[in-house]
Amino acid sequence: MLDDFLIRAALAGVGVAIAAAPLGCFVVWRRMAYFGDATAHAALLGVALSLSFSISIFAGVLAVCLAMALAVSTLSERGYGIDTFLGVLAHSALAFGLVAVSLLSGVRVDLSAYLFGDILAVTRADLAVIWGGALAVLMLIGWRWQPLLTATLSADLAKAAGVNPRREQLVLTLALAAVVAVAIKVVGALLIIALMLIPAAAARPFSGSPEAMALTAGGIGAASALAGLWASFQFDTPTGPSIVCAAALVFLASTLISLTRRA
Amino acid sequence: MSLIETRDLALRLGRETVLRDVDFAIEPGEIVTIVGPNGSGKSSFLKALIGVLEPSAGSIHRAPRLKIGYVPQQLHIDRTLPLTVARFLSLPQRQTRKAMCAALEEAGAADLLSRQMTDLSGGQRQRVLLARALLNHPDLLILDEATQGLDQPGSAAFYRLIEQVRRDLGCAVLMVSHELHVVMSASDRVICLNGHICCEGKPEIVASAPAYRALFGTGTQGALALYRHEHSHSHDHAHDHDHAHEVAE
Repeated sequence: MLDDFLIRAALAGVGVAIAAAPLGCFVVWRRMAYFGDATAHAALLGVALSLSFSISIFAGVLAVCLAMALAVSTLSERGYGIDTFLGVLAHSALAFGLVAVSLLSGVRVDLSAYLFGDILAVTRADLAVIWGGALAVLMLIGWRWQPLLTATLSADLAKAAGVNPRREQLVLTLALAAVVAVAIKVVGALLIIALMLIPAAAARPFSGSPEAMALTAGGIGAASALAGLWASFQFDTPTGPSIVCAAALVFLASTLISLTRRA
Repeated sequence: MSLIETRDLALRLGRETVLRDVDFAIEPGEIVTIVGPNGSGKSSFLKALIGVLEPSAGSIHRAPRLKIGYVPQQLHIDRTLPLTVARFLSLPQRQTRKAMCAALEEAGAADLLSRQMTDLSGGQRQRVLLARALLNHPDLLILDEATQGLDQPGSAAFYRLIEQVRRDLGCAVLMVSHELHVVMSASDRVICLNGHICCEGKPEIVASAPAYRALFGTGTQGALALYRHEHSHSHDHAHDHDHAHEVAE
């Protein structure tokens, strides 16, 4: 069954979507979208690094994203103007990554595969990495769920209750880097954060608790992955962007429903 | 024995010294209020007591197994985070429904258990924060300008509630406040803080102390003077020292 590239693509998409969902909720609650972008855009540098040292893309991307995320969270603690600073980092990481990949001698690199994903080329080995990474991220977030939520509410309240907000920030940073590393093959560096952010935002109006929001976001993400895959097959469109389009349409519907409910 | 005691406590935020030479102690069951102008180090002092800020000098001694309930100044909850009062009270430790109801009851917010945090009014939210602080049956309740954003009747009601809680639970209360005239009557002791302890004692003694008057003006309605307080004031008491004023709270 796994011989079929469509089945593999569907499994890969669903795996990434359910790992991205709870993390996406924290990205929304903590307003970390730019932080996520900076991390994800650094992935391209990781790709360049992996190709030039012939190591696995997953390892290279994970290492570079982690370094980037740690650098950003350390610097932001020192009180740099966070919005501008993150914007500068996010886009320069992308630019340097593009330049670095183009400088690689001897290899012809299909850049768009890393920017927008190449889900139809997912192999069995890729599937193992994606699901292994996704389950690791889910376990990490599940284990730290209570302290993570507390630290999200207020750093002072967390500290007063014996929760170290910096350690929880580190947990999120690690999870974010891992999701970017497993998702680059599926939706690419440019759209990973969209796959976290949009299902979480779409889930918000239908959720009365943080847990419900994470579960709903996972459902929306998985459905978007399947719908996007179907659409890309049907209309011959690029798969990664089609998945994000599907999620965006769900978000649009969810927003309209919540607006009419309130009116 | 004191619940918590500081010796020569000093605090730095960045390069600024916010507080220095603070000798402080609070006894079981006591209500102590800290007053002081903006930037006088009041909030930082409380944060040092609960362990959020590390002292740069001096020591903090806490009684063994001291339980502190902390009510922060304000809690901003992002609208994107769906969170009922019950779920909020269960962070970071899960609580039984019975314990949550009892704490809400004590804080005068009995019917709020299943409401969304973001739908609460300012007064309701402060009561929920108080209930959260009461969950672990604290020996010491620490409130940081808990009535900020409440109107006059609202904050008066909140302070009556604090007195009630002290009577019911017997815990000590340490609070920071702007509203001197409300707070004064409810306190056993008032500490006037401005980078260091300017003066302290029973409310009526502090109110007539020269150092206090220099900060807040004369008359018992000191609250208004507080808001007009200039950072470039001069103290008229004898010992000379420089005030580190330009600091964030």
